Amino acid sequence: MTTAAPIVQLSRRARAPKAMVELNVDGQSVSVPDGTTILGACAALGIEIPTLCYLETLRPVNVCRLCVVEVEGARVLVPSCSRTVEAGMKVKTRSDRVRHTRKMVLELLASSVDLTTTPGANELLTEYDCDPARFGPPAPASAAGVRETRLPGHHTPPNPDFAATIAQPATLDNDLYVRDYGKCVLCYKCVEACGPDHQNTFAIAVAGRGFDAHISTELAVPLPDSACVYCGNCIAVCPTGALMAKSEFDLRARGAWNEACQTITDTICPYCGVGCTLTLHVQDGDIVKATSPLDNAITLGNLCIKGRFGWRYVQQRAGEGGPGADGRG
Amino acid sequence: MFLWGSNAREAHPIWFHHLLKGIKNGARLYVMDPRRTSSAQWADVWLGLNVGTDVALSNTMAREIIHAGLARMDFIENATEGFDDYKASVEPFTLEYGALITGIPADVIREVAHTYAQADKAMVCWTLGITEHHNAVDNVLSLINLSLLTGHVGRWGCGCNPLRGQNNVQGGGDMGAIPNKLPGFQDILDTRVRERFERQWGVTLQPKIGWNLTEMLGAIDRDELTSLFVIGENPAQSDADSNHVEHLLRKLDHLVVQEIFLTRTAQLADVVLPSVASWCEAEGTVTNSERRVQRVRKAMNPPHGARDELWIIGEIAKRLGHDFGNPTAEDAWNEFRTLAPDFAGGMSYARLDALDGIQWPCPDESHPGTTFLHGRLWESPRGGRPAPFSVLEHSGPVEMPDEEYPLLLTTGRRLESYNTGVMTGGYESALHHGESIDISPEDARRLALVDGALVRVSSRRGVLVVPARVDRALHAGLVFMTLHFPDEVNTNVLTIDVADPQSGTAEFKACAVRVEPVEVAAGSPH
Repeated sequence: MTTAAPIVQLSRRARAPKAMVELNVDGQSVSVPDGTTILGACAALGIEIPTLCYLETLRPVNVCRLCVVEVEGARVLVPSCSRTVEAGMKVKTRSDRVRHTRKMVLELLASSVDLTTTPGANELLTEYDCDPARFGPPAPASAAGVRETRLPGHHTPPNPDFAATIAQPATLDNDLYVRDYGKCVLCYKCVEACGPDHQNTFAIAVAGRGFDAHISTELAVPLPDSACVYCGNCIAVCPTGALMAKSEFDLRARGAWNEACQTITDTICPYCGVGCTLTLHVQDGDIVKATSPLDNAITLGNLCIKGRFGWRYVQQRAGEGGPGADGRG
Repeated sequence: MFLWGSNAREAHPIWFHHLLKGIKNGARLYVMDPRRTSSAQWADVWLGLNVGTDVALSNTMAREIIHAGLARMDFIENATEGFDDYKASVEPFTLEYGALITGIPADVIREVAHTYAQADKAMVCWTLGITEHHNAVDNVLSLINLSLLTGHVGRWGCGCNPLRGQNNVQGGGDMGAIPNKLPGFQDILDTRVRERFERQWGVTLQPKIGWNLTEMLGAIDRDELTSLFVIGENPAQSDADSNHVEHLLRKLDHLVVQEIFLTRTAQLADVVLPSVASWCEAEGTVTNSERRVQRVRKAMNPPHGARDELWIIGEIAKRLGHDFGNPTAEDAWNEFRTLAPDFAGGMSYARLDALDGIQWPCPDESHPGTTFLHGRLWESPRGGRPAPFSVLEHSGPVEMPDEEYPLLLTTGRRLESYNTGVMTGGYESALHHGESIDISPEDARRLALVDGALVRVSSRRGVLVVPARVDRALHAGLVFMTLHFPDEVNTNVLTIDVADPQSGTAEFKACAVRVEPVEVAAGSPH
């Protein structure tokens, strides 16, 4: 039997190269492929733009407003993380208007959220001459669970003597994660990573409105009763340390966390055959954290419960002359 | 995409992320699995076939594809052999007959067959649901048949892919840790190949195919094998019919176990060699499921007294009269590259580092690695020998349920745990709930079991007691357990030690059991 053979694709289709788009950023001309974001064009020029909710492996959600820039002819400032370049676009990344807006965003955050474990926060507050204390002394922490159960419309009138805060006790309801929501800036990264962008588990989402908005499991149940599968991909993307592996949280609580003396080594996960790159953070001879590089083609920074937390067994071995292994580990 | 006998959502979670992207881009997912697993929940169609009826399903699909005129005849003529015999062999597998054996409705089999044959690109991925059967090789060949029939092989985005269950099971094969091959999949019976290795190693190699694990156990039984060196494996708990395996290991004159823990197997040993955790306390390489050779690196020092595996092998060799010197992992790798140049010649450590791993074969340093194999089948005239179709008979599980043992036990993994739990026993999580026997709501009702009730599970080989968990993913007659908690519940006392004669893999996926409620004395906690 012979029939006209259908066309068969034998190798990977080469993508047509994208057209280049020329624009101007802070007076410099730059040519980037069509579809690049303003943030990408700035990176090509070496112009740094601060971000909180942006991550190269996640779909931009445009919520933190820290990356805003001024586009000539546009009525409002635009988020550079998601706005794509257009030919002839004139962009200002450091105008007074941009600086003023970023300063306000940072002051509002710093007055209401604990940024002590947010890398780079202090530098930004200084760079933008922020004075978060101008809103008054921080309001005391609310009791555990209060923010989860506050219903829309049940808002208490603001107290003018204090700056409103989201301060609250950290949630410790499982063996692996700590959720310290007094540090949450509502960047949505954890929601995106747990949900449609990577894990597709959808264990968490943003609940509540306005200042009461917060990250919650379904019906605010404890994590062990939720859909969570403990991949820790939310921890991996959290920019403020609100989500943290319990191992790191405990070391920090003891004052024993010392990033400066940690070594960082890439190896391969010892479990299944997918071959995820595991970055081991080792302090004083012990693994204290496992992550994966964002630019790794296999993981895009993601791991499963075994990769992220399943390394403890190597530290449960007894050396020669030490206490005997228990036969199981 | 066919996910056949695989629960990748739990066993290969990060690979499943990529699959989910495909689904969102419009790919259709078909999951063949007796259980409605968390992977099956993402499928367009779940085919909950009866355990051990994979060949029947494949043959039925093949007959339908052929009769509907959807076979890729141009590819079959150019690239394959044995089509006529194959065609005749699948002829009895009408949709109705296939439905009868597999338990899958005829119209569903028809739809799946048509979709697969007409897809622009289609891929079959499988895991132990295919290979842990007494006819494992037949199961794999039946999937290869489908890919040859439709031309879904040797092209980008197509093919037959076993998702490897361990981080270096592929690498073990690459390095010759299989009975019939030298490193780089070179045939040990080939004189020229042997000569090359003999020159390099300064020894004479026996032109003899060795034993696989299952054959070794048989050889111990026959007193032909009296001494065993086990490296990083826990057969006393991981192999089928554990009571029997332990009896065999005790029978050995000499058992040496190289381990990082005093496992059940190590406890039986005459000598235990404490070694490093090779993935984080030593340098080396592993090969993942996509044939990507990847570097493992030393991140920390091992506990005092644990030795590098390369050092241990070298010291044993020294005592046997061979001095390897003190090679580093990179030295050993580079020797492999010279002995298997077509396979790995281009994979220097520097390139493996720079490229985040390279997919073999990679013959020289300008080669980017190979993303898919068997492209030669599409060359005209065809490169190399034709790909053979296989004539396969349906052969269900060796032990089917009967009056005495009315349920079929199948085994697998859960997300948070791994194999015999030596590694995953090291951390706690809310997902760890210990071992259970998962049972369908229908059977639970029949046996008057509530969730968590203790039951006695017996097979012809052993008995154990375990809590029952009612699981709607199971159909009546099927029960499920894992091998993750052998110290508490050794599932393998139940499993049957019948193995595929070619692969040596035991039929972990099917044995007949009886489940009975355990009477708990009033007031006593269970």
